[in-house]
Amino acid sequence: MISASANSVAAKTREAVLSVRDLTVSLPAGMERPYAVESISFDLVHGQILCIIGESGSGKSVTANAVMGLLPRAIRVVSGSIRCDGSDLVKASPEALRSLRGRVVSMIFQDPLSALNPLMTVGDQITEVMLAHDEGTAESRRARAIELLKEVGLPDPTLMYHQYPFRLSGGQRQRVMIAMALALEPSILIADEPTTALDVTTQAQILKLIRDIQRRKGMSVMFITHDFGVVAEIADSVIVMEKGHIVEQGSAQQVLKSPSHPYTRRLIAAVPRLTGEDRSLPHADDRETILKVENLTKVYRSGSRFFGTERVVKAVQGVSFDLARGRTLGVVGESGSGKSSLGRLLIKLMNSDGGRILFDGQDIATLTEDAFRPVRPKIQMIFQDPFASLNPRSTIGHILTVGPVSHGVPYEQARKDAQRLLEHVGLDAGAFGRYPHEFSGGQRQRVGIARALMFKPQLLIADEAVSALDVSIQAQILRLLDQIQRETGVSMIFITHDLRVASQICDEIAVMQRGRIVEQGPPSQIFLNPQSDYTRELVAAIPGERPEPGHPA
Amino acid sequence: MFGYLLNRLWQSIVLLVIVSIIGFAVLNLIPGGPLSQFALTPGMTQEAMDRIAEQMGLNRPLPVQYLDWAWRLVQGDWGTSYRDGQPVLNVIGRHVFATLLLMGTSTAISIAIGTWIGIRGATHRYSLFDYTVTVGAMIALSIPTFWFGLVGIYIFSLKLGWLPAGNMYTIGDGSALNYLRHLIMPSVVLSLVNVAIWSRYMRTATLDVINQDFVKTARAKGLTERRVLMKHVVGNALIPMITLAGMQLPGLLGGALVTETVFTWPGMGRLFLDSLGYNDYPVVMGLLMFSAILVLIGNLIADLVVAAVDPRTRLD
Repeated sequence: MISASANSVAAKTREAVLSVRDLTVSLPAGMERPYAVESISFDLVHGQILCIIGESGSGKSVTANAVMGLLPRAIRVVSGSIRCDGSDLVKASPEALRSLRGRVVSMIFQDPLSALNPLMTVGDQITEVMLAHDEGTAESRRARAIELLKEVGLPDPTLMYHQYPFRLSGGQRQRVMIAMALALEPSILIADEPTTALDVTTQAQILKLIRDIQRRKGMSVMFITHDFGVVAEIADSVIVMEKGHIVEQGSAQQVLKSPSHPYTRRLIAAVPRLTGEDRSLPHADDRETILKVENLTKVYRSGSRFFGTERVVKAVQGVSFDLARGRTLGVVGESGSGKSSLGRLLIKLMNSDGGRILFDGQDIATLTEDAFRPVRPKIQMIFQDPFASLNPRSTIGHILTVGPVSHGVPYEQARKDAQRLLEHVGLDAGAFGRYPHEFSGGQRQRVGIARALMFKPQLLIADEAVSALDVSIQAQILRLLDQIQRETGVSMIFITHDLRVASQICDEIAVMQRGRIVEQGPPSQIFLNPQSDYTRELVAAIPGERPEPGHPA
Repeated sequence: MFGYLLNRLWQSIVLLVIVSIIGFAVLNLIPGGPLSQFALTPGMTQEAMDRIAEQMGLNRPLPVQYLDWAWRLVQGDWGTSYRDGQPVLNVIGRHVFATLLLMGTSTAISIAIGTWIGIRGATHRYSLFDYTVTVGAMIALSIPTFWFGLVGIYIFSLKLGWLPAGNMYTIGDGSALNYLRHLIMPSVVLSLVNVAIWSRYMRTATLDVINQDFVKTARAKGLTERRVLMKHVVGNALIPMITLAGMQLPGLLGGALVTETVFTWPGMGRLFLDSLGYNDYPVVMGLLMFSAILVLIGNLIADLVVAAVDPRTRLD
């Protein structure tokens, strides 16, 4: 049973609007476990926000989809009941379920970029909900849609009504999704990771919007997330799921402050803390500069100058910074800030339009591909997606040795190095002969790190290297990178959108906005005493707890 | 929009020039040449041959001949058929209707049936229906068109006597019904392969769309399954198919060549083969240019239609 939280309303509203009892959902044969979720029970209390949190594969999304009756055909509910609006959704006919969807229970999804039909205007997609349930006339539906667009805080609702989704930003599209979900004033809103794909400031706005609307309308919200920061922001009560089971449920206060189950405790411990503490590294006096970037600039051009349709995007504008040997510079920013472009310039995956990149005293910005080739092994990259960055047809051994061998290292030696490095990054040396698909995401990212280290690089560029990983794995990889840096003295540029992650591993942090570095300094400055407005805004938007100022730096 | 059209037009012209140069060169590389038809005439002397060559302008260097031909083409003079002395455009004009009739009917059949099979195959994936049409498509793709044509003639004309074995109409009977009876077999045979191709592509395109988030959104809104399919899935799945339709035009022209021969259909395909046999180079070159223009126009229309239906590619 869920205890109502302090801010929930009167006692008479504490009845459950949704009751899940002993729900078991099967997975197709051959999966890692027979059930996606196994005999789970919980109540969604009227007027509350219930967060279901878990890592990938915990069954949290399956639970949400089961309520909506939107499970893929191969995944079936085997037993249990979902009681809502006086009927059991598990036994309901497809037509009965259809009439509930959008009217009594609405849902919003993770990726607002793909959740709207690209061929229909925003207005058509909103009025379609009302049309599907035979509500109102064409005129009243239109008026209601514009009213909804205003309600979710979109600018110029009348214009927005006629707009196609591709013209809208991610945050705006998520607002459209919310408007659509609210069209018929449903009593339950299911939100499946609705802010995961958004920038941190946009995330903060959307969370606030959901919170406001929920309060105003007294809706009940089932909020699926993997982020304890989000839970802390929004939840009244919390369910923690692990591998298809509910391991803990209770009020937000109780679960966050005094978790009882070891898994919850592990999960909370793994959440990157915004430390606001500076890193302490040995050789603090060793300040030799390995990388000096001066006034680096990159401009993207598209369209045609001839036909007057040229578009110019200044991705990187006059960026300058120094990086000392054995140190880590974090580059943080929202999407479109130019942080990834900067990374690609530094490793010369593309050429800059101006400025200098002094690596070990040599300007590599102007080098030709041939002249840069001998330097390339010294600068290595760790990529974001551990699934896409390893060739599925190559063995781990091949992936690790092919680079050094092409740079003239004898195969025998490359093989020995590879096996040593595999053990170093926490994998078995036997991984050498195996293929990427035999490994989990976290293990693959270890392979990616080993691959980069094969060249004994002096500079590692990690582009969102932990963004695709679950928090517990994320924490392990961050520890590994920290350990490697302490042992090998490699310098690192750590590009991320997640300020909490940056606060864990960086000596210095550069905040980027629209191609410029707006602020640079140690974590203590960035998080506790930000100098620029933009940094302040970013830090304020971080979900969850705040570091206490005055903490020893 | 205007800039885009101008750009496309410019590209098309360059392509046509390349096609014409290749076509012209290949034709003149073939042993024989236009004079070989006279060489077999009894009593023909070398002098007489040279005189004919002189008259026809065939003794000039190839590039000169090409430029002369191209210049006249631009002015609307596509040359004169060696075979019957008629202007090439007239000769082609007499055969265009037959080919367009056959191609149009067959395209309509392929798209209608192929789209339906593709969608049903995707929504009922791994069902008996899906397996049956998959196997059927494989068979249709692996057996040559002329075989279907011959078997069709054997069964429906010779054995059952339901349909005529060839030609576009019975001489003396120009009724629509008569045309229709002649049209059925060639267009169905020509459609077999295209239905197979079209339905496979449509199935893939539908499967791509059916798993997208916005389809789930549509279901979550409480739309009926029918509306989800027709409005959200099919609309999006058809967009890549429009481009495909533009690209299939050359294939259809090639298929028509075989089908027209089997059914003695008086279209451009048969004209092409006959003209080639007679070394009637002006007609062959004319047909080459004509189909190249047809293909370019087809692709241009496809791109413009995509731009019209897909707001993301709308040109402004």
